[in-house]
Amino acid sequence: MIEFKNVGLVYPNGTEGLKDINVTINDGEFVVIVGLSGAGKSTFIRSINRLVTPTSGSLLVDNEDILKFRGSNLRKLRTKTGMVFQSYNLVKRSNVLKNVLAGRLGHTGTLRSIFNAYKKEDIGLAYESLKRVNIEEKIYNRADELSGGQQQRVSIARVLTQQPKYILADEPVASLDPPTSHQVMTYLKKINKEDNITTIVNLHFIDMAMEYADRIIGMRAGEVVFDGPVSEVSESTFEEIYGRSIREEDLRGGADES
Amino acid sequence: MTNENNSLTSKKVPPIYPAKTKVQVTLIFFVVLGIYIFSMSWTQRQMAGGFGGALGNMFTVIEKFFPPNTAVISAIWGPMVETIQMAIIATTFAAILTVPLAILAAENITTWKPLYILTRTFLNILRTIPDLVLAVIFVGLFGIGLFPGILALVIFSLGILAKLISETIESVDMHPLEAMRSSGGNVFQVIWYGLIPQVLPQYTSLVLYVFEINIRASVVLGLVGAGGIGLILNQQLGFYNYPNAMMIIILIFVVVIVIEYISTRIREALL
Ligand SMILES: Nc1ncnc2c1ncn2[C@@H]1O[C@H](COP(=O)(O)OP(=O)(O)OP(=O)(O)O)[C@@H](O)[C@H]1O
Ligand SMILES: [Mg+2]
Repeated sequence: MIEFKNVGLVYPNGTEGLKDINVTINDGEFVVIVGLSGAGKSTFIRSINRLVTPTSGSLLVDNEDILKFRGSNLRKLRTKTGMVFQSYNLVKRSNVLKNVLAGRLGHTGTLRSIFNAYKKEDIGLAYESLKRVNIEEKIYNRADELSGGQQQRVSIARVLTQQPKYILADEPVASLDPPTSHQVMTYLKKINKEDNITTIVNLHFIDMAMEYADRIIGMRAGEVVFDGPVSEVSESTFEEIYGRSIREEDLRGGADES
Repeated sequence: MTNENNSLTSKKVPPIYPAKTKVQVTLIFFVVLGIYIFSMSWTQRQMAGGFGGALGNMFTVIEKFFPPNTAVISAIWGPMVETIQMAIIATTFAAILTVPLAILAAENITTWKPLYILTRTFLNILRTIPDLVLAVIFVGLFGIGLFPGILALVIFSLGILAKLISETIESVDMHPLEAMRSSGGNVFQVIWYGLIPQVLPQYTSLVLYVFEINIRASVVLGLVGAGGIGLILNQQLGFYNYPNAMMIIILIFVVVIVIEYISTRIREALL
């Protein structure tokens, strides 16, 4: 369970990234966060694994206030919150298997990982993860030899290998074409259901949010302006969140092509 | 059509560079030009007397140096190998010591400002000391031999290597490092998995490059007493034994060319 209690975040340059956020995310939920560029979606998601640190309030993950975490506590928190990024964030010169094994870093001792002495189970797990996203035939390819969609699947395999309790995905499909976007979202949704991993995804496409989310959180200017199940969401809800009428660019489309 | 053309010519087109930059660049250009012209006329005045005599001297010098004494090859081969070893040992030590220093001198990895500035300053100071000065100091401290030469080379090449590699590190893609960090990796794991693979080709290439420099530098350092073939060359010149000196120079020439050729080939294959 993730609980934001009066969480605020002011960046060093004075920008207010989050303003008095109160949100509880229950285990197993698939939450999509929507909002215009600059609304604070990334700031919200990155607070959960402390890539950024809120400056006020308290943020509880499994009933522990993570805002004071340092050192090994912080690494433990990050070990149970996997992350998927817009730009995949693979080591381009390393092969797929090595990239996926990086998901085990938090579970592996420094010496063991530096000598590449991963446990047999870890390598098996990495291979299983690759299979789950249907990319196991690329196991020894260098990451930069893959297409964008394939790289994002590798990054999902990496996060699966991490065996996290939470998955945070920051605009995972923003650099992909519509069919590939749906493929990636389908994998995320499937993992959420099969492994019961709480998943929080930032999106700015309305149609995709509606299609995959259980619950939608709308943000504007650092504040949560909507929070509710998909069934309560209509076009006017989005117009409220965005503060303007819906445009073509807010839709990804191509759902049937996938 | 004509309308458009007219409007284009009549419209005020902004310059690519602001006027202020133009003035500055022009000023700098003329100052640099002035320095060149001054130094050219100055050196020519100095050399005017030298040139005439040099040509005449050349033949007498060449006569003395030739033919090289091929008989000494077996005797000078040992010191030559010593010089190469000196360069190898020095480059190896520098390559190892560079790793922590380069990481500490990279702003994107060492986010704690004071430590970064301290390392940077240290490296800058290292680089201001010429290798010859280092050698002279160490020969003074430890006596004539290979050790002071190696020490001088280590410090000399450390300055260059750490600087170049820290700049390579600063240009890496930070995204994978963020991913490693967010999966719970500690500092060493993040560096090992996210950073090292990205800089390894450049690192190897730069180490080889510094090795080439060290081969040449170690000959020169020998001249001031830091062991190896340079020391022998200096002795032979001191005894006015020019045919022997010539043979040494030819040997050095061949060895340097062979090593540079091999090293260049490896570096080409890497990048
Ligand atoms: N490191 C930072 N330093 C200062 N201000 C920042 C920083 N990161 C983000 N901001 C500011 O905080 C606000 C929220 O940014 P955030 O990245 O969370 O928005 P977002 O909703 O993810 O936008 P996008 O859809 O463009 O990714 C913006 O005004 C942004 O300019
Ligand atoms: Mg963002």
